[in-house]
Amino acid sequence: MKRREFVKKATLSSFTALIGAELVFGSKMLEGYKPLALQDPDPFKMFNKNPEMVVLNDKPWNIEAQAHLLDDKITPNSCMFIRNNGFVPEGIDPNSWTLTIDGESVVREKTYTLAELKSKFQHHTYQLTLECGGNGRSEFDPPAKGNQWTVGAVHCASWTGVRLKDVLEDAGIKSSAVYIGYHAVDKHLSGDPKKEPISRGCPMSKALQDETLLAFQMNGKDIPLVHGHPLRLVAGGWPASVSGKWVDRISIRNKVHDGTKMTGTAYRVPCEPVAPGEKVKDEDMCIIESMPVKSLITYPKTGAMINKGKALKIRGHAWAGELEVAKMEYSIDFGSTWTECSVEKPANRLAWQHFSANVEFPKSGYYEVWARATDSNGISQPMLLPGWNPKGYLNNACHRIAVKVK
Amino acid sequence: MAREDVFREQVKKVYRLLMLILVFSVLTGGVLVYFTVNPGFLDFNQTTAELVEVPVEVDEDLIENGIHVRTGLVEADGLMEVVNNCTACHSAKIVTQNRMSAERWNATIKWMQETQNLWDLGGNQEIIVNYLVTNYPPSAKGRRMVLTDIEWYELKD
Repeated sequence: MKRREFVKKATLSSFTALIGAELVFGSKMLEGYKPLALQDPDPFKMFNKNPEMVVLNDKPWNIEAQAHLLDDKITPNSCMFIRNNGFVPEGIDPNSWTLTIDGESVVREKTYTLAELKSKFQHHTYQLTLECGGNGRSEFDPPAKGNQWTVGAVHCASWTGVRLKDVLEDAGIKSSAVYIGYHAVDKHLSGDPKKEPISRGCPMSKALQDETLLAFQMNGKDIPLVHGHPLRLVAGGWPASVSGKWVDRISIRNKVHDGTKMTGTAYRVPCEPVAPGEKVKDEDMCIIESMPVKSLITYPKTGAMINKGKALKIRGHAWAGELEVAKMEYSIDFGSTWTECSVEKPANRLAWQHFSANVEFPKSGYYEVWARATDSNGISQPMLLPGWNPKGYLNNACHRIAVKVK
Repeated sequence: MAREDVFREQVKKVYRLLMLILVFSVLTGGVLVYFTVNPGFLDFNQTTAELVEVPVEVDEDLIENGIHVRTGLVEADGLMEVVNNCTACHSAKIVTQNRMSAERWNATIKWMQETQNLWDLGGNQEIIVNYLVTNYPPSAKGRRMVLTDIEWYELKD
């Protein structure tokens, strides 16, 4: 063996030994320190995601589904979108995890261990639709700033936990209470420990709903780390950013919560409609609450070719924020005519609803199947993009799939 | 003992010594680097294990087919200014996903400086913004785009 090569190999093996030793002491690693092995990881393996999921951003991790991946009635982890604002926390120990209820409007500041939360309060399970406020942003023109989500930043999983209401009432809510704000342990991208990547919340009326949970389970198992283990606030029907992950503190505020991404233009739309590209002052931007009515065709995948004379089975889900979907329709002629199809009742309030239809095509050619849901207030999805807004939120335009009949 | 064996033994000794020196110097170097980055780690109240960051030799600025491999950014005037100032905190993917005018990029930079701990870019700001608007310009999408990139397949029941 040539001496130089020998030394090189020996050096490499000693490096390997060092790296090995590091990982052995992984549990004692300093907070915020990322081991080399995790610096360029495979997100699909790391988060157990379907390989067809699309990575929009890797620092922080932002990954979305495609419509056909969301075909399950209850979304499995493998197809749930990931939206992170900071670094996924490391070294979480559920045994020492605590949740503190504080704020100007709490009667007595209280801290609960995870075990206390689980034993003291009744458990509830709900299927809850969580959609990123920016889902569909990629379609806005002029382009809106942020991750360019297409259609896949939505899911409806089954969440188990205790009612936020029960916990807040146990600590006591003063009559001055207006809003709750969550705080979590994820780290800001700049590394500044004084900065929170995100700290949002909701008005007391939403916080006190039966379905608003402090969840510790998703689809019957511990919540996966990237989705908020060990404790996540889940507020279905509202922008998913209200459903804070890795929550360790909830403040009962006597004013609208002013945490990171509550103010400025974040998760806000112009209070009054504006022309595309128009500048909007911060004070003219209003916080998004309930998400708008929307639907997705999850079967078949776009691009299906079928033979003439054969009916096409389609199916998917529809949801309407705080409301229920009252009517579901599809069009195969670019919105000229609409055919109503069946839509199931939700499993519980704020769960998405399943629709299906047998679509027949009059002759061969290129078609698009468009889906349109209408909510219980009679509001339907637009066929074109809804009102432009600077941050590109709330695009609920009809979902479309392409079909060829031969 | 044959002369050859003696020689072999000596080489082994020298080798062991060299390895010891090598490991020791890597450790010391690592500790020093770590100390520079994290001056607080010698605080004896902390009970964390001593960490050694091992530098891995990769060409951070490799360019292949006009693409800066580490970030995926297009090779053009201003590339390194963008790499050095815009990818320290966040991924280049959030940069290239966003298509904005110079005015909106400047406003975004101002927002990052006010809220996200971005430093003063000085003369680099113009270079960076020029790079972005030249290489990642916005394209008109209208009120709704046609469906593109459809992968056609036979649907079998």
